[in-house]
Order: sequence, then C-alpha cells, then structure tokens
Amino acid sequence: MTTTEESYHLSNLKTLEAESIGIIREVAAEFDNPVMLYSVGKDSSVMTHLAIKAFYPKKVPFPLLHIDTGYKFPEMYEFRDAYTKKNGLDLRIHRNEEALKRGVNPLSVGTVRCCAELKTKALLDALKEGGYDAAFGGARRDEEKSRAKERIYSFRDKHGQWNPKNQKPELWNLFNSKIDPGESIRVFPLSNWTELDIWTYIYHENIDIVPLYFAKERPVIEKNGQLIPVYTDEYEDEVKDVMCRFRTLGCHYCTGAVRSEADTLEKIIEEMMVARHSERITRVIDHDQDSSMEQKKREGYF
Amino acid sequence: MSSESLIEQNQNIDLLRFATAGSVDDGKSTLIGRLLYDSKSIFEDQLHTIKTFSRTHRNQEIDYSLVTDGLKSEREQGITIDVAYRFFSTPKRRFIIADTPGHEQYTRNMATGASNASLALILIDARNGVVTQTKRHSFISSLLGIRNFVIAVNKMDLVDYSQEVFESIVSEFNAFADKLADESVYYIPISALEGDNVIERSENMPWYKGSTLLDYLENVNVSGGRNLNDFRFPVQYVNWGGGDDFRGYCGTIASGVVHKGDKIRVLPSGKTSKVSRIVTYDGYLDYAFAPMAVTLCLEDDIDISRGDMIAKVDDLPAIAGSFEANIVWMDNTPMEIGKDYLIKHTTSMVKGNFEEVIHEFDPDDISMKSSKSLGLNSIGKVKVELKSPVFADIYSKNRVTGSFIVIDPHTNQTAAAGMVTKYKQVSPDKSCKSAKIRVISYPADKKEEAKAKYDRLSMHGTHCIYVDDDLLKETLRKGKPVDSDEYSEMIENLCKIVTQSGVSVVVCSDHFKS
Repeated sequence: MTTTEESYHLSNLKTLEAESIGIIREVAAEFDNPVMLYSVGKDSSVMTHLAIKAFYPKKVPFPLLHIDTGYKFPEMYEFRDAYTKKNGLDLRIHRNEEALKRGVNPLSVGTVRCCAELKTKALLDALKEGGYDAAFGGARRDEEKSRAKERIYSFRDKHGQWNPKNQKPELWNLFNSKIDPGESIRVFPLSNWTELDIWTYIYHENIDIVPLYFAKERPVIEKNGQLIPVYTDEYEDEVKDVMCRFRTLGCHYCTGAVRSEADTLEKIIEEMMVARHSERITRVIDHDQDSSMEQKKREGYF
Repeated sequence: MSSESLIEQNQNIDLLRFATAGSVDDGKSTLIGRLLYDSKSIFEDQLHTIKTFSRTHRNQEIDYSLVTDGLKSEREQGITIDVAYRFFSTPKRRFIIADTPGHEQYTRNMATGASNASLALILIDARNGVVTQTKRHSFISSLLGIRNFVIAVNKMDLVDYSQEVFESIVSEFNAFADKLADESVYYIPISALEGDNVIERSENMPWYKGSTLLDYLENVNVSGGRNLNDFRFPVQYVNWGGGDDFRGYCGTIASGVVHKGDKIRVLPSGKTSKVSRIVTYDGYLDYAFAPMAVTLCLEDDIDISRGDMIAKVDDLPAIAGSFEANIVWMDNTPMEIGKDYLIKHTTSMVKGNFEEVIHEFDPDDISMKSSKSLGLNSIGKVKVELKSPVFADIYSKNRVTGSFIVIDPHTNQTAAAGMVTKYKQVSPDKSCKSAKIRVISYPADKKEEAKAKYDRLSMHGTHCIYVDDDLLKETLRKGKPVDSDEYSEMIENLCKIVTQSGVSVVVCSDHFKS
C-alpha cells in the first residue's frame, strides 16, 4: 500500500461539497417525495450540480420545481430549458396564473404584494399540489441576517410557516426527519457556503450559469441608485447603455445590475474579493421594510 | 498576483469552525460584530442598516450586536435566541462562527452551535467572573469533544483594565477546567466594545503579553477530532435500478480510509467482500477518506441497505445492544424512564429507551448527583437499551459513530443529544455472524499481530482468549515436543472446548492444523 504518498487533506471547497452531497442524499433516503427548488440562478446551478454528483452515475431521483413569476429575464428561461435538458433533470414549472391574469406586477400592486402572490403563494400552492414533504432551497447563511439563523433542516408547519423562536436543535450531521402528515421541511444544502465559495466552485467545476452574470453593455434605467434593466416599455425614465452585470437574478422588474467590467469568471471572483456591498443590495424587495426577509420567511417564502 | 493563483490560494486556506459561548450580556454578539467589522467583513449596505437602527433604537453610533442578532424579536429584546452563523476570512484563515445564545433557556441552541465546532470561544464578563452559565457552556463544549478553549475576559474597560481582576478570573476558571477532559485553555483580556486585544493590541493593558484574539484564532492549531484509523462507512443510500446493473452504496466516510481492493465486512449481516470501485462523479478513486462523500461498489452481490455499516474485516465497530452515554436533555418535556424513543445514530433510526439515569452532573463543579430523570438543559450519564443494535464506537474515539440524537415519537422533537461512553455488545445468539465464535490462527513468529488482534477483539466486546506455544509450555504441554501430533491435537481440543462455551480463540502457533 502507498500510504506514505497519500494525502488526507480535503480542501475547503471539497469539504463543503461533501457536506452538501451528504445532506442531499440523506433527504432522498428519508423522505417520500422530495423536490428541489430551482430558481435558475448561480446557487441553483451549484445545487443541481451537487445533486447530479450525489447520485452519479444514476439520474437525480427527484424533480426540480421552478416557481415562475412570469417576469424572469428571457435569458433565464432560455438557460433553464437548455440546462435541465442537457443534464437530464425532471423540471416542473408552477405559475400563479390567476394572479398573472389579473395583471399583478410590481408596478401595479407594489413589490410586497407582488412577491406575496407570485412567489410565496405560488410556492405554497405548488408544494401542496405536488404533495412534497421536503423541498431543497439554495439559500446560504451568509446572504442575510435571518438566513444566518436557519437550520439545515428547517421545519415548516401545515401552512408552510417558519417559527424562528422554536427551531429544533440540530447536532452534528444528525438530522431529525420526523414530521407529521401535512407538515414539511425546507432543506438548505448550501447553508455553509459563502458567495465567494459559490463562485470559486463554479470556476473549478466548470458549471454553466446564466450569461447575465457576466458584464456586458445593457440598456438600463437608474432608479433609487439601482440599475434596472429594461425589458418592458412601461418605464418613462431615460434608458442608457451601461457596462454592467447581475450579482443575483430575480424578476427583471426588481433586480438591479451593478456597474462592472467583469466578463469572465476570473474577473468576477476578483471583483468578489473586494466587494463592499452584499449581493442582496440589488434586490429591490429586501429593502422594503425592516426585517422584510424574516417576515417573508415566516409566511412561507424560502 | 494573477487571478488564477488568487483563486487557488483562497481555495486552499483552511477553515476553522468555532462557537462562542458564555452567559447572557457577556457581550458575545458585540464581540462578533467587532470581529466582522474590524476585519471588514460587513458589507456597506448591511452596515448602513445597522447604523440607522443603532441611531434610532439604541441612541449610539453603532451597536455591534445588531450584526449577528438577525431576528426581529432578538433586536427588540436585545438578546440572542438562536445560534447565528457568521462567516469571515482573513488572508490566513476562513472562519465560520456559531454565535450561540447565553440564556439558560436556549442552551439547546448553544449545543447546536458547538456540535460542529472545533474551538470554543467563551466570554466572561470581567465584573461578574465565572458564573454558572460559563461553566455549563464549557462543560457542554467539553462533552461535545471540543478540546481548544479561548477564554475572553470581556469588558476590561469597566474594571479599569485591572490585571488583578483578570488573573483572579484565570485562576478561578483554571480550577474549574481541571475537572474537564484534557483541554487547552488560552486566556485573553479584552474589551469588545472598545476593541482592546480583539484585533489591535491594547494600549490599556501593557501587562498582557499574549496574543490578541484574532491573532490567536488565525494561528491556533486545532485537532478536528477526525479519526483516520478506523474505516467506518454507514450506508446512506443504495443507488441502483433504472435498467443497468450498477449497484453502489452511497455514504459519507465517517472515519478512516478505504482503498480499492480492501477486504470489508458488512454489518449486521457479517458478510465479507472487496471494494471493487470507489465511484465519484469526478472518476474512480484509488482511495478515499473521511469526510468524503463517495459511492462504494463491491465485488460480491450482497444484500445491503440503508443503516448497514461497512468496515474493514479486522476492524469493526461494536454491535451495541445497549450503551451508557452522556446526554444533554433539550426538550421541555423531561425524560421518561422506560418510554420508547427514537434513536438516530449515523444513518439508522432505532427504538430505544432509558433504563436509568446513572447520575446527573452539576455544571457548577461537575460533581455527580443521583437523579431519577433529566429535564430541560440538564446533563447526565444514562443507560440506554436499544430494540435493535447500532454499530457504534466510543465518542472520544469516533465522533460520528459515537454520537446520536433522541427523538420523542409523540412530538417529533429532538429531545436529547448523546455521546456513547461505553457499550455492551449484543449477546451471541442475537448478534450477527461477524461476532461468530471462531478460531483465528497466526504463525508462531507473528506474536505481536496476534496479540493486537486479541486486544482489538476484546476492546470491541468479543469474548476471546489468547494462547501461544510459550503460554502452553508450562501448563498443558508439560514437556511434550511441539512437533508432535499429540500437541497439535491438544491445541485443537482446547479450541473446541473454549469455542463451545461461546468464546473465540486467537492462537499463535505453527502447530495448530485446522
């Protein structure tokens, strides 16, 4: 045996990878009907990549679910369809068609109500319809204060609500999967990753991501210090071309771009290392009220 | 530096997970806030929100505790309820901090944070000294296997940066720490509010010559408690089906190292095979080690399911039918003796009940007192009887196969966390074939190996005896020549008699024929 030449050191990224794969497999083994929320963003790309790795050489044994508000960037829809097809993933799509018919959008009803109808309600309906007892989400603890408090297995009551004051203790990597019928859990396999880890992992593993993450000249309007991309003719503001990219992807109405020259992964990572703002600053909705993320999470949002 | 090498460097610096603990109002959240702020790990938009809140609700420029107190009710009450995970990095190291609550009623959240940490940062308010909650948290951290402690004596600004105050707290805590396991303890006098000895060396305490807190955290050598000796692979998920003949066993290596071609034994069936392939998405591996998540394929088609354990043929965990364990009780409903609970241990879930509380610990001085049952936040040693066996090791030898959680089947609550201190192998009739009574023979010149084997078997609870030519010379052989058939027959008969009574034999002799 070649013991002397062997190294037993596992790098930071490989440690995180192993931990996440362990979580994904545990859920697949312990729950009857799990589903993986797929938001098309970079974290979703990493999470699905980890799921593919976890069950290689077999297919991922659960479906993906995209809660589609109908207002995602066209590039996201294109990427979603190509990515899931290429990787043999079973994609389910759910939209709150009733609200969309009523013409709900952030300009007509405000961001808070729009999110409540097109995201939170759509999500809760989809989870109920699908009878899913466990739903993976790509949230990370470094994103936002209330997310820093989240367990890896996050328990939700019959109405999908989170009670942050009464979370179950979670020791070692021993997860309590016991729930009653009708209850469910949300699972966060990327809990311990940081934004920088996500990017370095994408770089090392050559993971496909939506091209919107790379800097390019794009038509935008400037609103409350945010660069909002123009995908609709409803704006009256002046449209200008700016070299910019997106740090997170949501709906085109509510996702701001940042000025950037980073058009390669290397440059994005370099930019990350000196970043002075959190990625959620480009999400219009998070600033709407104090504790807005915690409030949304309590109501059932991821 | 090129971006590639920058990325490479970032990926290779190591990670330290540490937990903060201490009593309420010792200033934990303020200290973490200060660490993040001074190491420039707080983004400007987050800082803006914090500063606005500080001015309107706290009447101060910046309240560092707002950085970690993420829940609305926490900010309103000014206390920490649940553990918050925070990330920061310096050019030397990356850190994940589990900032845990100090209130006694949230002790279970403190244990949650400490269970995955390899260092405990314990805060003590210089004005109050060592209080019960400091001791309780230190004791729980120690039980959970943390061996590196940093004691930050905080609020030194409020005691005029007095060396006497600091030193009396050091000796007070030292007296307590002597009763814990073998810990390394480092003391630092700080003021989280003023920033003394957090990152910058304090000008107010020239008498202190040790490291600043950040300096210490960046350089401390921690043993993560990883066991690389004993290969343990709890089967998590069996990957098969879908029309091809691939059948792999997925899992996370709990401890040790496995190589392609290694002879393994599966518990509880006791069947043996060889590792034919170590499968990962990135290709087949020649070897894998803890804590990698891999898929093992075996040469033989044997029936294996989730909850089974794969180990090396000559190094097995105990097949424990009952054990003694240290328990931290975390449920509002107290422990009920005799009631059926669910025990989750590695990837298996079995029924079990508490037979008795051997003793309860008083966290104040770690003295033991008798107790009928354990209530919320109490710590004790208990006897657990299992309905079906689990494949366990002692927690101090193996954190993964030595730990378990207790679930109340009526409420689904995680009622307790347990650490195995002693186990009882299931009796031979209930046990699996791996504990089958057998004779293991070694050539006469392999005495050391034979003795090691005997030690290992006994350690794992297998009843066995050891014999070799020298031992037999004075007793049974009585002058008979070793080369005689008579002598060989005698050893054989001895083995027969012993195994018939349910005891295995390790024989080290060239004259044992069968």
